[in-house]
Amino acid sequence: MTNHWVDIKNADLVLVMGGNAAEAHPCGFKWVVEAKASRKAKLVVVDPRFTRSAAVSDFYAPIRAGSDIAFLGGVIHYLLANDKIHHDYVKAFTNAAFLINEGFQFEDGLFSGYDAAKRKYDTATWQYQLDGQGFVKIDETLQSPNCVFQIMKRHYARYTPEVVSQVAGTPRADFLKICEMIAETAAPDRTMTICYALGWTQHTVGSQNIRTMAMIQLLLGNMGMAGGGVNALRGHANVQGITDQCLYSEVLPGYLSAPADADKTRAEYLAKRTPKPLRPNQMNFPQNFPKWHTSLMKAWYGNAATAENGFCYDWLPKKDAAYDVLALFERMHQGKMNGFVCQGFNPLASVSHKAKVSAGLAKLKYLVVIDPLATETAEFWKDYGEFNPADPAAIQTEVFRLPSTCFAEQDGSFTNSGRVIQWHWKAADGPGEAMSDVDIVAGLFARLRALYAKDGGAFPDPVLGLAWPYRIPQRPHPEEIAMEINGKALADVTDPKDPTKVLAKAGEQLAGFAQLRDDGSTASGNWIYCGMWSQAGNLTARRDPADLTGLGQTLNWGFAWPANRRILYNRASCDLAGKPWDPSRAVIKWDGAKWGGNDIPDMRPDAKPEEGVMPFIMNPEGVARLFAPERMVDGPLPEHYEPFETPLDGNPMHPNNPQAVSNPAARVYPGDLESFAKAKDFPYVATTYRLVEHFHFWTKHSLLNAITQPQQFVEIGEELAREKGIANGDRVRVRSTRGQLTAVAVVTKRLRALEVDGRKIHTVGMPIHWGFRGATHPGYITNTLTPFVGDANSQTPEFKAFLVNIEKA
Amino acid sequence: MNVTRRQFLKVTAAGLGSSSLAMLGFSPQPALAEIRNFKLARTTETRNTCPYCSVSCGVLIYSLGDKSKNARAEIIHIEGDPDNPVNRGTLCPKGAGLLDMIHSASRLKHPEVREAGSSEWKRITWDDAFTRIAKHLKADRDAHFIKTNADGATVNRWNTTGFLASSAASNEAGYLTHKVLRGLGVVTLDTQARI
Repeated sequence: MTNHWVDIKNADLVLVMGGNAAEAHPCGFKWVVEAKASRKAKLVVVDPRFTRSAAVSDFYAPIRAGSDIAFLGGVIHYLLANDKIHHDYVKAFTNAAFLINEGFQFEDGLFSGYDAAKRKYDTATWQYQLDGQGFVKIDETLQSPNCVFQIMKRHYARYTPEVVSQVAGTPRADFLKICEMIAETAAPDRTMTICYALGWTQHTVGSQNIRTMAMIQLLLGNMGMAGGGVNALRGHANVQGITDQCLYSEVLPGYLSAPADADKTRAEYLAKRTPKPLRPNQMNFPQNFPKWHTSLMKAWYGNAATAENGFCYDWLPKKDAAYDVLALFERMHQGKMNGFVCQGFNPLASVSHKAKVSAGLAKLKYLVVIDPLATETAEFWKDYGEFNPADPAAIQTEVFRLPSTCFAEQDGSFTNSGRVIQWHWKAADGPGEAMSDVDIVAGLFARLRALYAKDGGAFPDPVLGLAWPYRIPQRPHPEEIAMEINGKALADVTDPKDPTKVLAKAGEQLAGFAQLRDDGSTASGNWIYCGMWSQAGNLTARRDPADLTGLGQTLNWGFAWPANRRILYNRASCDLAGKPWDPSRAVIKWDGAKWGGNDIPDMRPDAKPEEGVMPFIMNPEGVARLFAPERMVDGPLPEHYEPFETPLDGNPMHPNNPQAVSNPAARVYPGDLESFAKAKDFPYVATTYRLVEHFHFWTKHSLLNAITQPQQFVEIGEELAREKGIANGDRVRVRSTRGQLTAVAVVTKRLRALEVDGRKIHTVGMPIHWGFRGATHPGYITNTLTPFVGDANSQTPEFKAFLVNIEKA
Repeated sequence: MNVTRRQFLKVTAAGLGSSSLAMLGFSPQPALAEIRNFKLARTTETRNTCPYCSVSCGVLIYSLGDKSKNARAEIIHIEGDPDNPVNRGTLCPKGAGLLDMIHSASRLKHPEVREAGSSEWKRITWDDAFTRIAKHLKADRDAHFIKTNADGATVNRWNTTGFLASSAASNEAGYLTHKVLRGLGVVTLDTQARI
């Protein structure tokens, strides 16, 4: 979330799309109810189903699963065509006026630079035009055909209300009503918030779904405002924190891009990741990358990391390929993996195409599952009849199952969706011999390190040299680790403006990331968390609920990254002179000498407004990108593409280009492409989702939750039920090209047929919560049916739109 | 007068001679309230966070035992933390069942192995588990570690053992896991957060 849970109460309009917060995040959704009650805010819900969020909305409109960009692109068209944008904001705080390379084109569904054989874009023509000093050329009048504003206007001119209705199935009048409600928030003193979740991410255009919404929020001037922002309502209680610690291949803690084969030396690595400002006077905050990275190397490799050896740069593994979860199971399926460790993760249930995942696991030499509960993954080899047919004798994988403790049985911090880090305390020991994840990792590492010390082996240096300053090496205390994440001064850290002034003495905890250095005099395990445990102690343990701001900021409750800032980009809540767009909800303001107010300013505190330092400090141009010259592999502007399993014959926006049916830059593995279904055999759109009583595949182990939702079911609309002769309560068989399941049919008015591109489209709704272990009735793993393809940028699997057939069982 | 059940027993035991309940300050209403006082008086309250969705609701965990060295705590009740600014004491149907997750019949209690081709689990000690897994890890790393790529550039990676990290683990567990994995040269690393 760019904002936070309680801030939702400050909104005038709440859009719930790509999510169902009333079911999936009920205690956060209360703040939507609060906004409705106290501010007379309106709630709009757009979803393929009439969800529980829709049930309390002021306006609901249906949409076909997988057509969100068509809908949102239509909103952009409406705002531009009807001149409902926040002009001063757009002109000053976005790249609307920036000039793009004259070679940029969009033709027949493809952007310039497409290589069909590689399914990749060369982005050379997507770049800014630069002047002699390396600054972007701009056209203040916004009239140049090459400026972002005009390119965007041309691009979305195709997204008329008629096209939206044709592609998304949303009735034209419903769509226009929502456009009108959204457009009202273009006023400087009106804000809209968007609450989305996996309903936007789990598509092959997932990242672009979210980008389209971000563009809308920028056009309306809603970013940085109280009650505004782009708010991802995320999964587990610490999914945000684990994302921040970056337990994925392509980044190091704090989102530091991990080194790849091409980054041969530390100097080359740092140079590529340390941008130069693209406009005069901008903060260009990533210019500090070498400080963040060097401090991380000092936290990891301690005294072994010296300036002479490039702070152990060579010790870091270099990446040569994609290693996301789909790539991992593809490699496993190809027999390229020998071992696998699952820590609190149940991929047999959570990853697409269960049969492929299971076949991959069967090719391993060893599998280690660390979990508090008996998961399906740990027993992929065991025969559970129709729910998991298997022949244990034929599976040679050695499987270890290690009991871990759960949240109640350990100290530590979780980071909520609003980036607030909160410490929690252990209430009891775990059952039996269960150990914490920390102790299990430390215990395994201690064994490995001893083996390398005794016997040697492949490149033992980083194994033996890893900094391990914990008092009990086999059992590091979470407090020690939290202090390491924050970081400390290794030598006195002085003020660059006045070297006689010591900011942090050697050995002291650092107060914030401004104190990090690139010369090895500071250590910090995660720069964005720097400040969580300063000399003042563990700030994540603060529990002062007082809200002196009236906005719900509670600045002394826990610690929000970065720098305890609760609303990101909050400089954008003020006009160019530093005056709040809406004084009644002022987040910060310029008081004549400095920035301050109801939040930690997202701006250099002494940056005078007349200096023109713009609010989007993480971009070298200082402004937000309506057009993205980099970072998006599938286009600088979002475009509608069909799901890989589309119920239509092609992409109605590009009917004559077979390359532009589905995301042209999404990665598809050989074998999977051929397995995608065609509508003539599998005519119904399926979409998976969650219920209020359950959390993923976890609560089925909890008796109370199992009692409230004991049995697997699927939802279908009345019209489809009539066509197929299915009555409410009948058992039905649902098939995709990858497998099948049977479940009870719930026939409901909540799912209705939509008119899309001249045909009728039915949707089959599939809650995901069952499996062959737990306290519920045994059920099928829903991901037996889902396709093995992910978003072009994030590789998040396409669980929300695929094709099935259904019949009475 | 507000007395707990334990105080009540003491008072009545000491004052056998006293005849009237009214002398103890008693009436039926406070007597009912005493049952609740009794329960709370025996529990320890611990602040924690619901592990399910990312609202990360504050919870209060009530356990028997005072956390002294030889007292094994037993969690008997969980409710929303009224001070938490986000959930303000509430829990949803997921969080309302937390106690049953902690005490689930599916909780694992000791390390186990399923040998290749076997159809059952076998209990092992932590020492056995760590030793056997560490041997597997080392054998695979030593056999498949890549020091340089085809162009002769130093890459120091290991990509034949993969790791999937949990979004239910704490920041501290996640950070330590990341540190150890990169230290070993692992690039085949991903997290639940992606999906």
